[in-house]
Amino acid sequence: MQAAPWSISTDMVAQWTMAATAIAFDNVSKSFDGGRVRAVDRVSLAVTQGEFLAIVGGSGSGKTTLLRLANRLIEADSGTIAIDGGNIANGDPIALRRRIGYVFQSAGLFPHMSVAENVGITPRLTGAPAPAIAARVNELLALVRLDGAKYRDRFPHELSGGERQRVGVARALAAEPKIVLMDEPFGALDPLTRDSLGEDFRSLHTKLGLTTIMITHDMTEAMLLADRIAVMRTGTLVATGTAKELAAGTEPYVRELMSTPRRQTARLNALMTEAGAL
Amino acid sequence: MLSDPRWAEALAKLPDYLGNHIRVSIAALALGLVISLPLALLARNRPALRGTLLAVASVVQTVPGLALLALFYPLLLILSAWSLNAFGLGFSAFGFLPSVLALALYSMLPVLRNTVTGMNGIDPAIIEAAQGVGMTPRQSLTMVELPLALPVIMAGIRTAAVWVIGTATLSTPIGQTSLGNYIFTGLQTQNWVSVLFGCFAAAVLAVIVDQLLALIQAGLSTRQRLKVSGGIAGVALLVIAGFAPTLGRSQPAYVVGAKTFAESYVLSSLMTQRLAAAGLPARQREGLGSSVIYDALVANEIDVYVDYSGTLWANQLKRTDIRPRKEIVAELKAALKQKNGVTLLGELGFENAYALVIPKKRADELHIKTIADLAAHAGTMSIAGDYEFFSRPEWAAISKAYNLKFREQRQMQPDFMYAAVASGDVDVIAGYTSDGLIAKYNLIALDDPKQSIPPYDAIVMLAPRRANDTALQQALQPLLGKIDVATMQEANLRAAGSASPDAVARWLWEQIGGR
Repeated sequence: MQAAPWSISTDMVAQWTMAATAIAFDNVSKSFDGGRVRAVDRVSLAVTQGEFLAIVGGSGSGKTTLLRLANRLIEADSGTIAIDGGNIANGDPIALRRRIGYVFQSAGLFPHMSVAENVGITPRLTGAPAPAIAARVNELLALVRLDGAKYRDRFPHELSGGERQRVGVARALAAEPKIVLMDEPFGALDPLTRDSLGEDFRSLHTKLGLTTIMITHDMTEAMLLADRIAVMRTGTLVATGTAKELAAGTEPYVRELMSTPRRQTARLNALMTEAGAL
Repeated sequence: MLSDPRWAEALAKLPDYLGNHIRVSIAALALGLVISLPLALLARNRPALRGTLLAVASVVQTVPGLALLALFYPLLLILSAWSLNAFGLGFSAFGFLPSVLALALYSMLPVLRNTVTGMNGIDPAIIEAAQGVGMTPRQSLTMVELPLALPVIMAGIRTAAVWVIGTATLSTPIGQTSLGNYIFTGLQTQNWVSVLFGCFAAAVLAVIVDQLLALIQAGLSTRQRLKVSGGIAGVALLVIAGFAPTLGRSQPAYVVGAKTFAESYVLSSLMTQRLAAAGLPARQREGLGSSVIYDALVANEIDVYVDYSGTLWANQLKRTDIRPRKEIVAELKAALKQKNGVTLLGELGFENAYALVIPKKRADELHIKTIADLAAHAGTMSIAGDYEFFSRPEWAAISKAYNLKFREQRQMQPDFMYAAVASGDVDVIAGYTSDGLIAKYNLIALDDPKQSIPPYDAIVMLAPRRANDTALQQALQPLLGKIDVATMQEANLRAAGSASPDAVARWLWEQIGGR
C-alpha cells in the first residue's frame, strides 16, 4: 500500500514530541451512577501541540467521556487536565469551550439556525461584530469546501449528512481554536463521503497547525488520519503509539483491533493484483 | 329573523361588553403567562417540582369555571378587609380582580404543560452542542431551547387563550361585565337572541385571537417578520379596541345592580331609566349572585338595587322566625343601617315570595287548595326548586310546619321550573308569587294557612355612600309603593316573552302612572 502524502511528516512527529504539550491528562478518573460505572479509570495521556491523536475503542470504552472531560462538558472526579500547561479546573468552563473547537457525532447543528448562523455561533457568543462574522463564515465554508453563496442560508434539514458534518467542522473552527476535539465525526457517513471528509480535515489540521483529538471506533480510519493512536478499553488506556508501533505491539486487545485492517489490506492487495489494477 | 329589534339592542351593548371581555381576558392571560412561563422553566430540570406544579394545575382545571370564579370573591373580600385593617388600603373584591385571578389560574395548565413538554422534547444532543460551542446556560435557553420549544409553547398559549376567553363569560355573576352578560341576561329573560349573540361573539373573539396567535407562531417558526408583526399588530389592535370604549366615555356616576333573574333585570332597568330621566347618569351591573350583590352594595361597588325582605331577614340577620310584613321591614331598616350603613329607601309595593305551585287542573282533581292539603300527597310527588331554595331556612320552616316529605327533590334553573311542572316532569315547584308564568301555564300558588313562609317585600336598597344623596332618592321616590303584584306579574310575563328588560321597564313605568 502506498504511503499517504502526510506520512512524510514522521520527522515532524519527532520534532513535536519535543514541542510543548497542548493537552495533558494526568491520572484522570470519572465514574457515573454514584461510582458503580468507572467510565474513565486513571488515564494519563499527553497530546503535543500540532499532533493529530486518534482515540480508538469499542462502545463503553470511555473514549467519549475522556473527550468530554477535556472541555468540561463533564467534570473529572480525580486527576488533573491541563491545556497549554494550565489546569482547566481553575478557569471558566464557558471561556474554555469557546477556545476549543468541538465536532459532534451527528454534527449537532442547531435545526432552527441557518448554516451561516450555525457556523458563526461562537464568534457571536464572544461578541464579534456582525460584518466580521459574515466574512468569517464565508471563509470557513470555503475552508470546508462548501460554496458559501449556495449554502449559507440553508437550514440543516436541507443538507446531506456529509454537508452537515462539513458545517459542523466549520462551526468548530469559527473561533480560530488551536485545539479541536472530534467525537466520531465521520461515523455516520457513507464510505466515500467519509474518506474525502477525513482527508480534507487532515489537510486543514496541518494547514491551520491544529492540535486534534479524534474519537473513532474504526482502526483503519485512525491509522489513515492520525499521527498517533491511543487505544482504550473499559475506561483504561491500553496502548499508545504510531500505527507502526501498535502493529508491532503484543497487547492482545490491540492485536485484535489491528487484525481487521491487516486482513482487509491483505485481501484488497490480493484482489487488486489479480485485477492488474496496481 | 334579523329584523327582530333584539339584534339591534344586543349590538348596541357590544362595545361595552366586548371591551370589558377583552380587558379581563387579556389581563388574565398576561398574568397567567407571567406566572406559568417562569415556573415551567424553573421546573424543567426539577422532576419533583414539575410533578407538583402539573398536579396542582390539573386539579385547578377540574374545578368548574363558575365555581373557581365564585371562590375568589369571598377570598378577596377577606383579604381586602385584612389589608384595610393592616395598611388602611382596601381594594375591590368584586368584578375585575377576582375574575382576572381566577381566569389566570385557569390558563396555567396548558401553558405549564406545553412548556415543560416542549423543553423536555428537545434532543439532548442539541443541548450538549449548545454547551459545546460555549453557550452559557442562559444563552442555551434563549438561543436554542426556547426557540426549539416555541411551537409547542405557543400551542399551549393558544389553548389557554381560547379557554380564558370562553370562561370569561362566567365572570358576569361576580360582577365583571363580559360577553357573558348577553348569555346570563338572555337565559333569565328567555331572550334567546341575546344568548345566541353572546355565544357567537365569544366564539368569534376566541377564533380571532387563536388565529392571530397562530400567525405569530407560524411567523416565528418560519422566520417571516411580516407574519409576526401582522399577528402582533392584530393583538395590539384588539387590546386598543378593548380599551377604546372606556376612553371615549366618561364613567357614569351611578351603578344599578341586578340579580340573576328577569324581575331583577326589569327593576334595574326601570331604576336606571328613572335616574337618566332625572339627569343622573347611570349604568347597570347585571347578573350578580344573591350574596355577592349585598356585599357589593355595602362596599359601594353598586349604588342601588332591589332586594326582598325575606331574603335579607334570613341571609343578613340570620333570622328564622316569621313576623308580620311591616314589622320585618321596620326591623331590617334599623338593623341593616346599623350593621352595614345600608339605607332601605322603601318598598315598591309588591311581594315576591316563595310559593308551592302546582297545575290548576291537578289541584282540582286532588282537591288541593293549601300546603296542608298537599302534605297528604307529598310522599308520591316530586318537587323542584331553584338552586338555593332547599338550603334556605324557609324550606326548613315549611316542611316542618306541614310535615312535608316529598319522594324526590330537584334543583332547576328558575325559568324552566314552570314549564316542567306544567308538563308533569315534576309535580310541585317552589315558584315565586310575582312570576307571570304562574298565570301563563295555568298554575296556582297554594295557600299557606300556617304562615310558615316569610314575607318578601321588594325593597329599594341604597349603598352607604348614597345615604344622603337626595337627588338619587328623589329620582326613585315615584316608584315606591306603586307596583302591585298583578302589574309585576304582567311585567315578568312580558320579560319572559320576547320583550327586552328595557322595553318592559318602559311599559311598567307607563302602568304606574308615568308619562
